[in-house]
Amino acid sequence: MIPAAFDYYRPKDMEAVLSILAEHGDDARVMAGGHSLIPMMKLRMADVPHLIDLQDVPDLSDIVVSADSIKIGAMVTQADLIDHAGLTKAAPILREAALQIADPQVRYMGTIGGNVANGDPGNDMPGLMQCLDATFHLVGPDGARDVAARDFYEAAYMTDREDDEVLTGVTIPTPQGGYAYEKQKRKIGDYATAAAAVQIVKDGDTCTFASVAMTNLSDTPIYSADAVDALVGTKVDDAAIKAAIAAMLDDIDPSEDNRGPVAFKNHVAGVILRRTIERAWSRA
Amino acid sequence: MKDEISREERVDNLKGMGCSRKRVEDARFTQGKGNYVDDVKLDGMLFGDFVRSPYAHANIKSINTEAALKVPGVLAVLTAADLEPLGLHWMPTLAGDKQMVLADGKVLFQGQEVAYVVAEDRYAAADGIEAVEVEYEELQVLVNPFEALKSDVILRPDTVDENGKAVDGAHGPRNHPNHIFTWEAGDKDPTEEVIANADVVAEEEMYYHRTHPCPLETCGCVASMDKVNGKLTLWGTFQAPHAIRTIVSLISGIEEHNIRVISPDIGGGFGNKVGAYPGYVCSVVASIVTGKPVKWIEDRMDNLMTTAFARDYWMKGKISATPEGKITGLHCHVTADHGGFDACADPTKFPAGFMNICTGSYDIPTAYLAVDGVYTNKAPGGVSYRCSFRVTEAVYFIERMIEVLAIKLDMDAAELRRINFIKKEQFPYKAALGWEYDSGDYHTAWDKALKAVDYDGLRAEQAQRVEDFKAGKTRKLMGVGLSFFTEIVGAGPVKNCDILGLGMFDSCEIRIHPTGSAIARLGTISQGQGHATTFAQILATEIGLSADSITIEEGDTDTAPYGLGTYGSRSTPVAGAATAMAGRKIRAKAQMIAAYLLEVHDNDVEFDVDRFVVKGAPERFKTMKEIAFAAYNQAIPGIEPGLEAVSYYDPPNMTYPFGAYVCVMDIDVDTGVTEIRRFYALDDCGTRINPMVIEGQVHGGLTEALAVALGQEIAYDDMGNVKTGTLMDFFLPTAWEVPNYETDYTVTPSPHHPIGAKGVGESPHVGGVPCFSNAVQDAFRAFGNTHTNMPHDHWRIWKTANELGLHD
Amino acid sequence: MSNKKHIKLNVNGKEEEFLAEPRELLIYTLRERLNITGPHIGCETSHCGACTVTINGKSIKSCTMYTVQAEGKDVTTIEGIGGPDDLHPLQEAFKEHHGLQCGYCTPGMITRATKLLEENPNPTEEEIRFGMAGNICRCTGYQNIVKSIQAAATEMNAAKEAAE
Repeated sequence: MIPAAFDYYRPKDMEAVLSILAEHGDDARVMAGGHSLIPMMKLRMADVPHLIDLQDVPDLSDIVVSADSIKIGAMVTQADLIDHAGLTKAAPILREAALQIADPQVRYMGTIGGNVANGDPGNDMPGLMQCLDATFHLVGPDGARDVAARDFYEAAYMTDREDDEVLTGVTIPTPQGGYAYEKQKRKIGDYATAAAAVQIVKDGDTCTFASVAMTNLSDTPIYSADAVDALVGTKVDDAAIKAAIAAMLDDIDPSEDNRGPVAFKNHVAGVILRRTIERAWSRA
Repeated sequence: MKDEISREERVDNLKGMGCSRKRVEDARFTQGKGNYVDDVKLDGMLFGDFVRSPYAHANIKSINTEAALKVPGVLAVLTAADLEPLGLHWMPTLAGDKQMVLADGKVLFQGQEVAYVVAEDRYAAADGIEAVEVEYEELQVLVNPFEALKSDVILRPDTVDENGKAVDGAHGPRNHPNHIFTWEAGDKDPTEEVIANADVVAEEEMYYHRTHPCPLETCGCVASMDKVNGKLTLWGTFQAPHAIRTIVSLISGIEEHNIRVISPDIGGGFGNKVGAYPGYVCSVVASIVTGKPVKWIEDRMDNLMTTAFARDYWMKGKISATPEGKITGLHCHVTADHGGFDACADPTKFPAGFMNICTGSYDIPTAYLAVDGVYTNKAPGGVSYRCSFRVTEAVYFIERMIEVLAIKLDMDAAELRRINFIKKEQFPYKAALGWEYDSGDYHTAWDKALKAVDYDGLRAEQAQRVEDFKAGKTRKLMGVGLSFFTEIVGAGPVKNCDILGLGMFDSCEIRIHPTGSAIARLGTISQGQGHATTFAQILATEIGLSADSITIEEGDTDTAPYGLGTYGSRSTPVAGAATAMAGRKIRAKAQMIAAYLLEVHDNDVEFDVDRFVVKGAPERFKTMKEIAFAAYNQAIPGIEPGLEAVSYYDPPNMTYPFGAYVCVMDIDVDTGVTEIRRFYALDDCGTRINPMVIEGQVHGGLTEALAVALGQEIAYDDMGNVKTGTLMDFFLPTAWEVPNYETDYTVTPSPHHPIGAKGVGESPHVGGVPCFSNAVQDAFRAFGNTHTNMPHDHWRIWKTANELGLHD
Repeated sequence: MSNKKHIKLNVNGKEEEFLAEPRELLIYTLRERLNITGPHIGCETSHCGACTVTINGKSIKSCTMYTVQAEGKDVTTIEGIGGPDDLHPLQEAFKEHHGLQCGYCTPGMITRATKLLEENPNPTEEEIRFGMAGNICRCTGYQNIVKSIQAAATEMNAAKEAAE
């Protein structure tokens, strides 16, 4: 598996990145850890005549935990997420999810930016970002702009990001309440058969806030507002969970693959969401 | 002479048979100093790689290599048209069929080799491949063997005469152009009669899915034609280097003495590296054409898609019994999907391998087996993936049929096995399908296994679990998987075992050096089994020199004696026997030398651990080291100098290792996720040469069994596209998915093997697959399940639960 | 054609300098350009870990990294972990506990394990299995690999204690 030849750039600042992008249009791609892109290039399923390595671009590898928000640079790796004590305290769901991505070596290279920007429905972070209501920061020839994670994904590998833009980081409001990330997969290194991210706030015995997002069950991640509605205001009892599952099932649209047929995926999505809600609620 | 150390210490110092000697191979492997084929680097070496068909069935309208030849670094592009004048566009397969080396007018499976690009480096070769233009005309694809046997689409033009009528194949008449052979064993009419009149008959159809051995190192070679000396050297991942030399000679016309085949270290084989592949032929041709060494290394997708699938057997069984559970007859029909070419690696007289061991460990008086081989638009292969020829299929079949019969009889499956086992006193036992089992003590092994796992306790727990499930207290079911297997390994007696006419003996040649160390060379080749460690142990015990003083060498056809290689667990049964026999020749000569040195008659000395002693006077002795020195340096009347021996061993029979396995599994009914709580494996491989190595083989074989049973498959869509071409989808378990195993053993030596050893490398795979599968099936038995097909991945288990109404 | 890049790497303590095409993968640089053949190629899609090396303190699958990406970095392969005169405790332990068979995964396995024991000097069995899950072995069934790593951890911790 040998990729086609390409030109390689390792610019020292974002300005240089953007000018290469401007020059080559969709013939150029930025690369963070490369663990999605390089295999695709080796299989010659991705043709990238101009490859821009972001590793020397400053200020993309920071994790800043503030009182009410967390900012994570695009080049922060899954391993960084897992190892960051302050982050784990502020948003433990990130560590829980990151540990379920790929394997140790890949987590050393795989970045949050690559994971969310690629638009691969199999990636875990997009769903998690939707659950956490993250904002994605993009920069392009016309300057910087922000896009809500929930508005970012259009179809498989199709996002709101223009070819000449770079995703520089994400900001999430500090999550509240209980959390859980559940993922069913065939083996280490696999994408999810079904995965769910849930944050939930309990006041007394009532749910006052919830967020629900699903992974690899449509050609984009699915934030299920109806599932949230089914939970908020309830005691998260069996009826509420059933209603949330039913709402979620209306929102997802899985397709058959080697992991199984649609009926199976729908069923497992329901089971996984139930377990995620129950675990998150138990931590709320 | 006074002995300074005890006899016990002398035995220990030998590091002979029975001890867990540490492996001598490991020093280089742990330091990254193994020498695998892709490590071979020669001056001026070129790289070859294939243009492969994206289609499963297509005519080739044209191949345009012009643009490819313009790619910098590309030196040549070979097509069938280039090979045809050499008669090399097709090659013989090990199964008596022939296979296209490069697509000759059409392609029969996705990934088939269409053109071979030779370039200065692997980058240029890859670019060259992209630049070759092939025009295909797609044809109707047949991926199902039952449809292939009904179809008007003729896959292979060479299977019909000018009137379109099917012509005979290598194994007899065809009943359809896409039919390869029918192979039968046993007695058809009596078996059908017994079953027709039986009190109880259980029937089942089962599909043993297509999978792949997938060693971590793919296949590859380096061909180097030395035009000055007329010598071809071929390094490669060959499980049978000597056979490869003969085949290369036969098809290339190069005299065999001018071909040197070298199998360097091999990164796992598991059957994948037995066959001859187009890559080898093309590399040899390319080296002859360019005069330079040419390397070809498969990538992982090539490996999974093209070289050597395993299994793909559609099996239909009937088993009859008395109401008390005594089995009276067994009927088995197999539709075997061989893909586009019949490239199975089976002994010639056994086109379905040893599928006729499918009466298993049971005393079944009447049986019949028929196997129909079929061409489809899938990759060729049909190799023995960590098993002796088709034994995994046979054992899976009978171990499922036993379970199905137990359900029919409403009987405990362990008890049903017990009452049907061949009894110890029945050995040697002539089975209804022809084999003579050499030895066994099945009841002892079974009782030991069931006791070790507290079988009755497990069943009680399981019954409680079913109650709890029905009461809504749990969503997890518990399965108790049983399997009792008898392998048939050590192919084999030359009278009935050959591959392409090459008898399946094996060999060992020993040279003792004057100072009492030695080198032994064998016709086999280790791919991780640790031959350099264990064969030295056999010799140490036989010739009384420390294993640490014995070098074992394999895999170089210029130096090693001829042998048929390592697969089918044949190394210990055949080459191990040759080693012992050659050692005994050394010992016989040593005895004469010792007697001379001790000035007594030959018959007055006897062998004792590491020396010959005068009978009745153990203080008078000559050590083997002393004898070795004398053999070279002392004139001994009537005895020629030197101490060497060669043995070519033609085994009188196969060996029949057996074992008893139990798996305890918990299954999440809602997600199909399985968890292996416990796995107990008792193996009886006869005499145990190195318990540490045996245990390692069992762990590894069980893990490959787990993979096959729980998810590993080569799956095709209706268009013949491979759906599982990378390790994302082709299931190789990691440490995270694998349990710890408990190992145990009994010892029933083979009566005909010189040291009583039977072979073990494949037993855990053969016995493990049905054990894992039976655990899954057993979990659902209480809810009406009789059989579901593997692989038992999450969604298929979920489907079983769903169809049984467990999600309602 | 792409432009070749000038690349400097420190591999096992030795400075290496050469020109390479950007598409040259680190595994091929090591194996073919530098003749460091311990790391192997198993799957080519970052699943099997046979090509694992350590780069600036991180376990990396070198089949999924272009050599240009490693420009200016320190690379350690199995060859840099221990040799005949200074075997690493993990190399000793794999030999002692039959943690390998065909040996093909072993360099990547041991290289990854060195890093695992740095990350976690006292791993439980579960942590070893999870921490080694990026490396596939087809021969051993992992049981003896786990045992080898546990034994090496014990050995290394004892040596550290003795030194303190």
